[in-house]
Amino acid sequence: MRHLRAINRKARRIEQLMTANGDVYAMYQGPVGGGQQTTPRYPMGCSLVFSPGWEVDSAGGTAGLCQPVERDLYDCYVTCFWPAQVPDHLNNYPDWTKKCGAAAKDWRNIDLVFP
Amino acid sequence: MTELQLAEMKRFTADGKEYAFLIPSSSVVGLDEVTGAILEGFKDGPRNPAAVLETLSGHFNHDDLVDGLSELHQVGAITAPEHAVTIPPYRQQKDAPLSTLVLNVTNKCNLSCKYCYEYGEDKLAAPAATRFMDESTAFESVEFLLKRGGHLPRLTLTFFGGETLLNFKVVRATVEYARRRARESDKKIDFSLTTNATLLTDEIIGFLTENHVGVTISIDGPKEFQDRFRTYSNGAGSYDQILPRIKSLLKNHRTRPVGARVTLTSQVMDVIRIFDHLTDEIGFYEVGFAPVTTSANTLYSIGTSGFDSMLEQFTKLGARYLEKAARGEYLGFSNMSDSLQEIHTGVTKSYACGAGLGLLGVSPSGDIALCHRFVDSADHKLGNIRTGVDEQKRHEFNERTHLANKVECHTCWVRGMCSGGCYHEAQVRYGDIGHANLHYCDWIRGWTEVCLQTYAEIAEKNPSFFERFDERQGKGEPRYASS
Repeated sequence: MRHLRAINRKARRIEQLMTANGDVYAMYQGPVGGGQQTTPRYPMGCSLVFSPGWEVDSAGGTAGLCQPVERDLYDCYVTCFWPAQVPDHLNNYPDWTKKCGAAAKDWRNIDLVFP
Repeated sequence: MTELQLAEMKRFTADGKEYAFLIPSSSVVGLDEVTGAILEGFKDGPRNPAAVLETLSGHFNHDDLVDGLSELHQVGAITAPEHAVTIPPYRQQKDAPLSTLVLNVTNKCNLSCKYCYEYGEDKLAAPAATRFMDESTAFESVEFLLKRGGHLPRLTLTFFGGETLLNFKVVRATVEYARRRARESDKKIDFSLTTNATLLTDEIIGFLTENHVGVTISIDGPKEFQDRFRTYSNGAGSYDQILPRIKSLLKNHRTRPVGARVTLTSQVMDVIRIFDHLTDEIGFYEVGFAPVTTSANTLYSIGTSGFDSMLEQFTKLGARYLEKAARGEYLGFSNMSDSLQEIHTGVTKSYACGAGLGLLGVSPSGDIALCHRFVDSADHKLGNIRTGVDEQKRHEFNERTHLANKVECHTCWVRGMCSGGCYHEAQVRYGDIGHANLHYCDWIRGWTEVCLQTYAEIAEKNPSFFERFDERQGKGEPRYASS
C-alpha cells in the first residue's frame, strides 16, 4: 500500500492479501513459494475457468456463479472489442490495465474507473 | 455509477498522525493526506466516488487519488452501502472445545469483603449445601476438561473461591492428579489460582512455585484502601495480615509472574496511588483494575463521575506505559496490556468472553455453570461434571449472549472488542445475562480510544515491543479469572 500504513497485525494480514505477488494465481496447482499448494485457486470463488468476464459454472452456464458475469468484463477488453461496456482505453483510460501484465495473476491490480 | 460510503470506523489521532480503526476487521491503518481527504469527502453519506475525486482534484494528483481510493476500498474503509453494516449472525457453536475450567473449590471465605457478590449481592446463589469441593469431584473435573478439551494441546485449570486456600488440600491433590493425567494424555495443563493471601504459608508458596501455578492476589492497595472493604467478619482490616505473606510470595515464587487484582469502588478510586503502592512498594509484576460489580444503588457503586475519574487516571497510567514501551520496557498495567493485545491481534468478538464456550465454572458440588461467577445459581446451572453439559441450555445461553441479540451494541464502534461486557455484571444490573452493560459504555469507548492511540504510537516508535504479544499469544499464556 502506498497511501495507507498497516499498523496492527490484522491490517498487515489484509495488506498481504491485497499485495500477494503470485499468491493468487488462477488455476495454479503447483508449489507456491516455500509451501505446497494442493488445490487450484479460483480467484473469483466458484468458476471453473479463468477468463475474466467469461467465467462459467460447473454446468457450463452462468447461473451458478457467485458473482454476476457483468461484474468483471476484463476479457471483453482483451479478446473482444466491446467499447460501450469496458473502459475506453483508446481515448479516456489508456492506462486502465497497465498494472495487469497477466490477468490470471494480476487481476486484482486492474484499476478502478469512475466514469 | 454505484455509490460508495464509509464503512464503520473510528478515526483517531496519535502524536499528530491520523489513523482509522476499521470495523468489522479490527484492523488499524495509518492515513496519509490523500486517504484522509477522501474519507472526509464521504463523511456526509453515500456518494459517487468520481464526484468525490473530482472535488479533490485541485489538491492532489489524479493517480494518487485513484490509488488512495482503491486502497481504502480494498481494506474495507469505503464500501457499497449494502455492505456497510456488518453484525455477525448467531450460529450455534456445536463443538467449541473447552480450554479453561474454573473450579470453585469452596464457596466459603474467611474474609467478609463488604462489596462481595458471592454472599448474595448478586442474589443468584442460594446457600449451597456443599461448601467444599471434594477430591473426587475435582478429579472428575480434570477428566471433564481433558475430554472436552478435544484437540487443544494446552488447557488451563483455574482454582477459585470463596477463598481458594481454605481448601488447599484439594488444590494440591488436584494439581498433582492433573499433571499426571496431562502427561498420560499428551497435553499440557496450566494452573492458576486467585486468593486473598490471608492463608499463604511457606509450604503453600513452595508448592505454587514448584508447580508453576500462576497466582493472582485480590488486594485493593495501601492499608487505608484495603481495610475499607476487605475486612474480616468482625470488621477488622486484612492489610497487616496479608502484607508479609505477599512479600514472601513475591520473593519466593519466581516461576510465574504474580499479579494483583484491584476492585474499584466509589470510595476507593485512587488508581495511581494504588498502582504505585502495589508495584513499586510491594513488588507485583502486574496490576489489573476492575470496577465493583453491584446494583446501581449501593453506596460503593461507581457512578458516571467515578467512571470519568477512572478514565482520567487510566489515561495517565497509559501515558507512563507508552513512555516505557517506547524504550522497550514494560509497565505492569494489565488493563492496558490486555487491550493492546486485543488491538494487536485485531480481535473481533461476537461474545464478550469465553463463558459457556471455551470456559466453564464448576461449583463445589460439581454443578457446571457458565463461569465461576454463576456457580450455585440454579437458574444458570448447565449440568453436572458427572452427567455432562446440558447442551440445549448452553445453546440458549450462547444465543442470548451473542452480539446479534444486543441491539444497543449494533451502532457502537467498539462492539467487536466489548460485545456488551460481562454477563454476570449484566445479570446483577439488569437481571438478564444477555443485556448489554449500558452503564459503562462511555467508559469502554473512552478507554478503548486511549488504548488505540497508545497502540499506534508504540507501533510507530518501537514496533518490536509487540513481539512479546505474539509470544504471549503463541504460548497461550493463561488468563486469570477475575474475582
